[in-house]
Amino acid sequence: MTDIVASLGWLPRPEANFADQCRDMLDTPGELGRRLQRLASFALAETQLAQLAKQVERARSASLPLDPLVPFRLGLVSNATTDFIRPALIATALRHGISLECVAAPFGQVVQEALSPDSTIRRAEPDAVLVAVDFHGLPLRTAPGDAAAAEAVVGAALDHLESAWEAFNRNLKAGCIVQTIARPVDPCFGSLDLSQPGTLRNIVDTLNRAIAAHAAKTDDILLDVACLAETVGLDQWQSPIEWNLAKLPFANKFVPIYAEHVCRLIAAMKGKSRRCLVLDLDNTLWSGVIGDDGLEGIIIGQGDPTGEAHLSVQQAAMGLRDRGIVLAVSSKNDDATARLPFQQHPEMLLREEHIAVFQANWRDKAENIRAIASELSLGLDAFVFLDDNPAERDLVRRLLPEVAVPELPPDPSLYARTLMASGYFEAVTFSAEDRARADFYRDNARRVTLQKQSGDLEGFLRSLQMIISFRPFDEIGRGRIAQLINKSNQFNLTTRRYSETEVRDAAADPDCFTLQVGLSDIYGDNGMISVIICRRDGRIWHIDTWLMSCRVLGRGVERAILQEILAHAPRHAIDTLIGAYRPTARNGMVSEHYAGLGFEPLAQRQDGATLWRLDVAGKPPEVIPMEVRRSGFAVPTAA
Amino acid sequence: MQQTEIYDKLTNIFRDTFDDPDLVIGPQLTADDVDGWDSLYHIRLMLSVQEAFKIKFSALEIGQLKNVGDLANLIELRST
Repeated sequence: MTDIVASLGWLPRPEANFADQCRDMLDTPGELGRRLQRLASFALAETQLAQLAKQVERARSASLPLDPLVPFRLGLVSNATTDFIRPALIATALRHGISLECVAAPFGQVVQEALSPDSTIRRAEPDAVLVAVDFHGLPLRTAPGDAAAAEAVVGAALDHLESAWEAFNRNLKAGCIVQTIARPVDPCFGSLDLSQPGTLRNIVDTLNRAIAAHAAKTDDILLDVACLAETVGLDQWQSPIEWNLAKLPFANKFVPIYAEHVCRLIAAMKGKSRRCLVLDLDNTLWSGVIGDDGLEGIIIGQGDPTGEAHLSVQQAAMGLRDRGIVLAVSSKNDDATARLPFQQHPEMLLREEHIAVFQANWRDKAENIRAIASELSLGLDAFVFLDDNPAERDLVRRLLPEVAVPELPPDPSLYARTLMASGYFEAVTFSAEDRARADFYRDNARRVTLQKQSGDLEGFLRSLQMIISFRPFDEIGRGRIAQLINKSNQFNLTTRRYSETEVRDAAADPDCFTLQVGLSDIYGDNGMISVIICRRDGRIWHIDTWLMSCRVLGRGVERAILQEILAHAPRHAIDTLIGAYRPTARNGMVSEHYAGLGFEPLAQRQDGATLWRLDVAGKPPEVIPMEVRRSGFAVPTAA
Repeated sequence: MQQTEIYDKLTNIFRDTFDDPDLVIGPQLTADDVDGWDSLYHIRLMLSVQEAFKIKFSALEIGQLKNVGDLANLIELRST
C-alpha cells in the first residue's frame, strides 16, 4: 500500500524530540523565522502542527521579528469546525516561507461574515478568504432521474456559494480561495449514479465543474478538495463519526495534507513556487552507474520494471518542462560519460536539449546547485533537487536550506509519485509565456564554472557518524574483493584486474600489504568500498591497486585510507610510497588523486601514466571525520 | 495489553495533545483536571488514542467515559 500523499511522504519524518525543540524555540534568540521554517519542514502530524502554531502565536504576541517569512492574513469561514484546521494552516504556512495570521469566523457563519460590515472577517481585512464549505453546508437534495430538478439543486447550491464569494470580493479588497466539494460516499443506485441526473454523484460533479468555471473567470483561487479527497480515498476522508461527534468536515488525520494544499496556493499567490528541477542521474534517471556499468549496463525504458520506474521519473520531469519548469542536472560523473545516455541511449526520454544546465563533475552538489542558480539567475528558493542518495539529500538540505529536497521511498517506481505529490511546482495561473519559459534557455545543456566551496562540509561529514574499517585480504572478503577489482572503472588508479586466485596469492605474499575497507554511516552499512594492494621493493611500497566505490566520494575516505597505509608502513620498514595513475577511458576523475593527497610528481611515462611519491615520515596524521576500526592485522598498529 | 503499557502509551498521547511534557495521568484524572481539555479536545484526544492503539470507539462510548480509568479499561477490552 502506498500512502505518499496523506503521509506527506516527500518530507523527512520529524525528529524524536520535536515537541522539546518546539517549546525551546523562543528561548534562543535570532533567526526565529528560519528556525520555525526548518521545524515545519518535516512531515508533521496534526498535534505537532498545533504545537508549532502555538509558538508562532507566542512570537507574534511578543512582537518578535519573523523575517524572512512573508506575512499573509487569511480569513477562514466554514460550515464546519475549523478549530484544528486553523493552527495547522499557521504551522504549515511556515514550511512555505509564509508567516500566516489566520482569522477564523464563528462556526457556521459563511454568508453572514461576508455581508455584515462588522463581522470578524471583514474587520480583520484579510489578504484572502478561504471559503471552506463542504457538502454538509449545501442544500444538496437528490432527485434521481429528474434532470430539471437536478439543475435547480445545482443552481441553488452555486447561488449559495457565489453570494458569499462575491460579497467578500465586493466588501474586502481580498479574493476568495474557493473549494470544490468532496463527494459523499454512499451511492443511490451504484454505478448507475454517474449516468442518472439528480443523484448525489451527478449533482456534486456538475457543481464542481461550475465552481472551477467560476474560479477560471474571476480572480478567485481554486482549491480542488474533491481531487485531494479522491486521491487519499473518499472512504477515509468522509468520516461520519467525526462529523457527528464534533462537526469535523473530514477525518482529522487529513488536516496536515489539507493545510499543505491550502498553503501551497498561498505560497504560489506570493510568487514562491519553485521553478527549476535539478536531477541526479545514476539511480535516479536510470538504474545503475553509467561510469561503471556503461551504456549497455544501465537500465532504462520499457520492458523492465526498474527501467519503467526510472522512465516514469523522466516522464514526470518532461511533463514539468512542458509547463515551464526548467530542468538541470547535477551528477557525480565525468561530463562526457554523463552525457552518453542523453546522446546515445535509445530508451532515454530526456535529451541534452531539454536540460538547461548540465553539471557533471566530482565536486559536491551544493556547490553545483549554487552554480546552476547563478547561471539561471534564479534564487536558491526556486530549486527542487531530486536524488536517490540520502547522503546527497542531507548535504544539500544542510548547506542550502532554501532548496527543496524531497525524500524518496526505497522503490524507484514511487519516485515520480513522490515528486509530483510534493506540490513544489504549484501554480495559480498558467499562461502561454509560462509554457515557453523552459525554451527561453536556448543555450542548452551548458556547463558552468563552480564558485567557492559552500558551507561547513567537515561538520556535515562528522554528522554522518562514519565508521571506516580496515582488514587485510582474507577468505571471507575474497569474492567481493575480486569482484570490485574486476568491475570498478572510475575510481580505479591502475585498473589492474586480478582473479580470485591472484587475490589469494597477494594475501599470502609476505611482500604484499593489502587492505579491504568497509564504511558504515547513519544511513546504514555501505559494505566493502575500497581495495588496496601495495607491493614491496626494498623500503618502498608500490601502490599496485587503489580503487574505491564512487558512492562514498567526497567523504574524506581517501585521506583515511592513506593515513592507514602510512600507519602500517613503519612496521614493515617502509619509508616511501609510490603511486601510479594509469589513464583509461573511464578513470579521468582520479588523474589528480595523488596530487590531492600531497604526493609529489615523480615521472610521466610514454603511455601517459604518471608516478607519484610520498615520504612516509613527511606526512603527519591529520584529523579525519570518521571513526577508525581495524581487525585481522598480525601486529596491532598504533593509530 | 497490560494496563501499565496502556498508561505509558496514553501518557505520551496526553502530553502531545495538551502540549505539556510534565503531564502525569492516573485512573482518577478527569477533563476538569487538565488545562485545555474541553469537549473539542476530548474528541481529538479520542481520535489520537484510536489511531495509536489501532482500535475504534463508537460515539456513544466516547460520550460515556468519565475518567482516564474508564478509557484505559475500554482500551484493554478492545485490544484483547
